[in-house]
Amino acid sequence: MRFDTIIIGGGLAGLVCGIKLQKAGQKCAIISAGQSAMHFSSGAFDLLGRLPDGTEVKEPLKAISSLPAEHPYSIIGAEKVAEYAAQAKGFFADCGVKVTGDASRNSWRITPTGERKPSWLTIGDFTPLAAKEEKIGNKALIVNILGYLDFNTKFLADSFEKQGTECRIVALKLEEMERLRKNPSEMRSTNIARVMDREGIWETAVSQIRTLLKDEDVIVLPAVFGLKDGSVVEKISETLGKKTIFVATMPPSVPGIRTQMTLKAEFEKAGGRFFLGDTVIESKADENGIIKSISTVNFNDIRMEADNFVLATGSFFSKGLIATPEKVCEPVFGIDLTYREGRENWFNTNFWEKQNYISFGAKVDETLNASIAGKKIVNLYAIGSVIGGTNSLYEGCGGGTAIVTALAAADRILEKK
Amino acid sequence: MKMQEKNISANNFEQCIKCTVCTVYCPVVPVNPLYPGPKQAGPDGERLRLKKGLFFDNTLKYCLNCKRCEVACPSGVRIGDIIQSARIKYNTDSPKLRDMILANTDFMGTVVTKVAPVANFALGLKPTKVVMDAVLKVDKHRTFPKYTTKTFESWYKKNVKAFQDSFKRHVSYFHGCYVNYNYPQLGKDLVSVMNALGYGVHLLENEKCCGTALIANCMIDKAKKNAEHNIASIRKSVYERQMPVIGASSSCNFTIRDEYPHLLGVDNSDVRDHIELCTRFIYRLIDEGKVKLVFKKDYKAKIAYHTPCHMERLGWGIFSTELIRMIPGVDLTILDSNCCGIAGTYGFKKENYEVSQAIGKPLFEQIERLKPDFVACDCETCKWQIEMSTSKEVKNPISILAEALDLVATSEANK
Repeated sequence: MRFDTIIIGGGLAGLVCGIKLQKAGQKCAIISAGQSAMHFSSGAFDLLGRLPDGTEVKEPLKAISSLPAEHPYSIIGAEKVAEYAAQAKGFFADCGVKVTGDASRNSWRITPTGERKPSWLTIGDFTPLAAKEEKIGNKALIVNILGYLDFNTKFLADSFEKQGTECRIVALKLEEMERLRKNPSEMRSTNIARVMDREGIWETAVSQIRTLLKDEDVIVLPAVFGLKDGSVVEKISETLGKKTIFVATMPPSVPGIRTQMTLKAEFEKAGGRFFLGDTVIESKADENGIIKSISTVNFNDIRMEADNFVLATGSFFSKGLIATPEKVCEPVFGIDLTYREGRENWFNTNFWEKQNYISFGAKVDETLNASIAGKKIVNLYAIGSVIGGTNSLYEGCGGGTAIVTALAAADRILEKK
Repeated sequence: MKMQEKNISANNFEQCIKCTVCTVYCPVVPVNPLYPGPKQAGPDGERLRLKKGLFFDNTLKYCLNCKRCEVACPSGVRIGDIIQSARIKYNTDSPKLRDMILANTDFMGTVVTKVAPVANFALGLKPTKVVMDAVLKVDKHRTFPKYTTKTFESWYKKNVKAFQDSFKRHVSYFHGCYVNYNYPQLGKDLVSVMNALGYGVHLLENEKCCGTALIANCMIDKAKKNAEHNIASIRKSVYERQMPVIGASSSCNFTIRDEYPHLLGVDNSDVRDHIELCTRFIYRLIDEGKVKLVFKKDYKAKIAYHTPCHMERLGWGIFSTELIRMIPGVDLTILDSNCCGIAGTYGFKKENYEVSQAIGKPLFEQIERLKPDFVACDCETCKWQIEMSTSKEVKNPISILAEALDLVATSEANK
């Protein structure tokens, strides 16, 4: 089966790259071994929150020039990063994913435990804060669904109270939810969202909130609404006539899953082929190292051929990188990685400290091409968190790296034609 | 530092990192709160069952064995297999008479086809349905697929067997119970398409039911016996007669390839790569430039393709849909990936009827909204469910090809 470009990995990076190429007229395939990390999305994409030395970043675009040379942003170049960052908002809007935010200045998102983290683009369900210390209101009504354990109301109240917001915690008892409560281990965000999506249910929830409401000026709800519809928060706010904010829950993430489904549908609508639950097992290259074809578990002897291959397999979680006792490797093509020899250099025994292994990953050049045994492979690109040179968790740049490198690699591929 | 060099555990559930993605894609969880969900029923529960069998929970029977959890799992955990294996290992309830009737598709087929006109008439009668509902707990809303008066095998022997040797290339055909006892037309379509492509079609030596329904109803001894017999016949076909084996049912194919080794412990490793769906077989031939398809000039159809759960797990829906896309005059939509809810015999059981229909609802609604001329699908039980629950007819892709191809011109092109 022949394609122009085959993308391995169906997460944020793979989908963004695939959509851009497919819409530009290419025939693309995305192969994904299971569902992606978008299912654990915080509801926001970060561009850059901290420099490697720990300095807090307020203006990400200005800070890029301070990054070390091996950082993917430095490799692409500050000017280009700004250009792709500017494109991103429109890109998501065209796909039907509403995002707010600005690359020139970080806003802040509230985590499920009430922490505040820097954010670039925030999915429409959430209200980004302009400053880290911003008060969400004078009095907040924190509303949970009875029996739902993945929304830490007390943590949230503690954190809001630090900024001087008085909090009251209540729980909604909805008849329709009681069936779910029979099985506490399945009282999860997505299952609640499925019930909430039924006709008239969120309206019932809202009328209960109205009876519970005293003099609060802001209502805080878990993001368990709208598996298909990203505008429920606005509807609730309108109905109540009060400021309403959603806070991200522990996984799975309803807005993240919706975003993933929307992007996948956009890719398929444009004619792309998405293969879920398949794994690449080997590749064939010609004498110059150009990758010609791959085979997968499901395709087996029917080879998948393409002019270009994009590796978007992610980091250790999705097995884009694999650590053995002796080494770290990339399992699909065996490409060259940036990493420190010696297992003792991989991690810090203090779990909360910066962990070096997170910055391991593909070595890429300015065209985002990967190399094998020191030799550049001109039709193989690496994008997203499989790329090394950045501790995305520490620096707060995972989402940005995925989006920016995906758009950049798509451009490189299209320029070649 | 002292460490264990490699993960040497044989327990696949240890790959689970508790990410909960499987629970998002389970079709049962949202509609049946009695079911503990794939994570709890699978890897989490397995850890406990390993300690003591008494941790086995009877509610695991609510699992459809659709394998959507496995398709979604980013860590390669065979969740569905873990659940079904636990049922096989720990379940102590013996199958009810109803389950035996539903699961023994080939025995029932042999008996009922002999009296097909009477049986079809009787099974369609309201009083029969009421009695079956009350006594056997087979839901009264269900209509049994009609039985044929003449099995596919007897049609094959009488009408086409004689000239199959005249072709240059050959395949064996695993037709399955449905084609043999209920819907021989599908088998006839397959023979005519393969013949047009220059392939002789042959039967396996004494094919037995693949065992999908037997496994689902925990009738493992019988399933294993059938599996061993079928693999022996397939081995003969592949190695003595040099004929690969094709089929048109995604579930039969999936069971023979994957459930035999994973659930029944029947080794098929030497033949597994030689058993596949006919659409994948034909796609490969086209991809390699070995055959040509010549289509009728006036064929027109608006088709909606439904990917059966086991097809999703095989990852082969693409071969069926790419073939359909090759037909000029076809407007194809791929339906959202949803379970139709029937899951073989599951939906026939009175206690599952409502859950079954609730699971399929989004699919039925999408079909009605789309208004296709008909639905395409590679699974016979999905076909019953969709035909019962929507206004649309369901056709197997190979039957669509048989309709759309100019069979005479195709034969000429592949001589």
